[in-house]
Amino acid sequence: MTSSSPSSTASSAVVSVHGLTKRFGKVTAVDNASFEIQPNTITGLLGRNGAGKTTIMQVLTGQDFATSGDVRVFGEHPTENARVLSRISFIKESQRYPDDFQPKHVFQSAPWFFENWDADFAAQLVEEFRLPVNRRIKKLSRGQLSAVGVIVGLASRAPLTFFDEPYLGLDAVARQLFYDRLLADFAEHPRTVVLSTHLIDEVSQLLEHVLVIDQGTLIIDEPAETLRGSATTVVGTRTAVDAFVAGRDVLHRDGIGGLASVTVGRLDADERREAAQAGLELSPVSLQQLIVRKTNLTEKEFETQS
Amino acid sequence: MIDEGKPIFLQIAEQIENDIIAGSIAEESQVPSTNEFAAFYRINPATAGKGVNRLVDDGILYKKRGIGMFVAEGARARLVDARRTRFRDEFIRPLIAEAAKLGIDPDQLTEMISTEGVSA
Repeated sequence: MTSSSPSSTASSAVVSVHGLTKRFGKVTAVDNASFEIQPNTITGLLGRNGAGKTTIMQVLTGQDFATSGDVRVFGEHPTENARVLSRISFIKESQRYPDDFQPKHVFQSAPWFFENWDADFAAQLVEEFRLPVNRRIKKLSRGQLSAVGVIVGLASRAPLTFFDEPYLGLDAVARQLFYDRLLADFAEHPRTVVLSTHLIDEVSQLLEHVLVIDQGTLIIDEPAETLRGSATTVVGTRTAVDAFVAGRDVLHRDGIGGLASVTVGRLDADERREAAQAGLELSPVSLQQLIVRKTNLTEKEFETQS
Repeated sequence: MIDEGKPIFLQIAEQIENDIIAGSIAEESQVPSTNEFAAFYRINPATAGKGVNRLVDDGILYKKRGIGMFVAEGARARLVDARRTRFRDEFIRPLIAEAAKLGIDPDQLTEMISTEGVSA
């Protein structure tokens, strides 16, 4: 069993970012971030609200300037670069449309911007999302407005597609539809997809790579499979748990009475057996829990040290 | 269906192994494509591919160019062999540990197993 992610070279990466910093006045939205996004992968760009996810995507799509650092998309600078921008589809929560536009106008004009636009696929999605195409966009519900963006993002089949919190107001059925269509279409037409969301548990199985940003700093840049099982919660009597976790990095600690529940890093088979023999229960930590733990880490450290 | 904590590609490989061991996928028959697995389990196609490729590396599945993926002859017997070796680690040892915790001695344990064997 080898973890077979090939060592990435700058030339093969679709996105390559070195030392990206973006400041708005005194606020540093992105602080010295470096990462790459490999072709034909689905990457999750995750983090809390205001962490800097949207800022990164705006810089990558040429809608904003980096304060410093080097950003390459398809090997070139994205800013005002038609060659790069014509290959990007950026679906954002706050997308604005002309006042009297109806969804059908959006889909009719899409082929002007996206050379891979698939009108049949778009029509199929319109039906599946039950989107009223002849209603003025201003009159659409929040969920229907999100469906317009999701349909554009999927049917554009752009070589690089960003979905920034694409599904505000979409119900669980519509979100599942989005995931299913994304996976199926991605399998048939491989392309590079970046998905930014706070519904981490819902998307964790779709992701091949995970980037987590917290307060402008990139704190996780790992294959999703590596992150799975990279943390374990150990539960048992306080003395047994303390003995077992001694000397390990503790991500989180909880307890009630004589019971303790402590989240530590990856455990191998021998360590698991040792824990079982000590009467401890082990439970896996989901990607969402892991990120919650990691993005809370600084506060928690203060609490446990005091 | 997908369990947290364990790599998904391993779970996909194990799921296919289980189907072969149970006989629901016969030797020399075709298994679903990577994309079909991805859609069914709602996972990334690259992950599904990794699970399938692991079985190809192990000689459990083989590729027919342009057609798809098939179960190798003798795959079932080899899988059963491999699972039997793991049986001690995964089932017997935890069983004994739990029995000891509850104060069940080895004789009682043996008897419980044979009684279960009769009723099962």
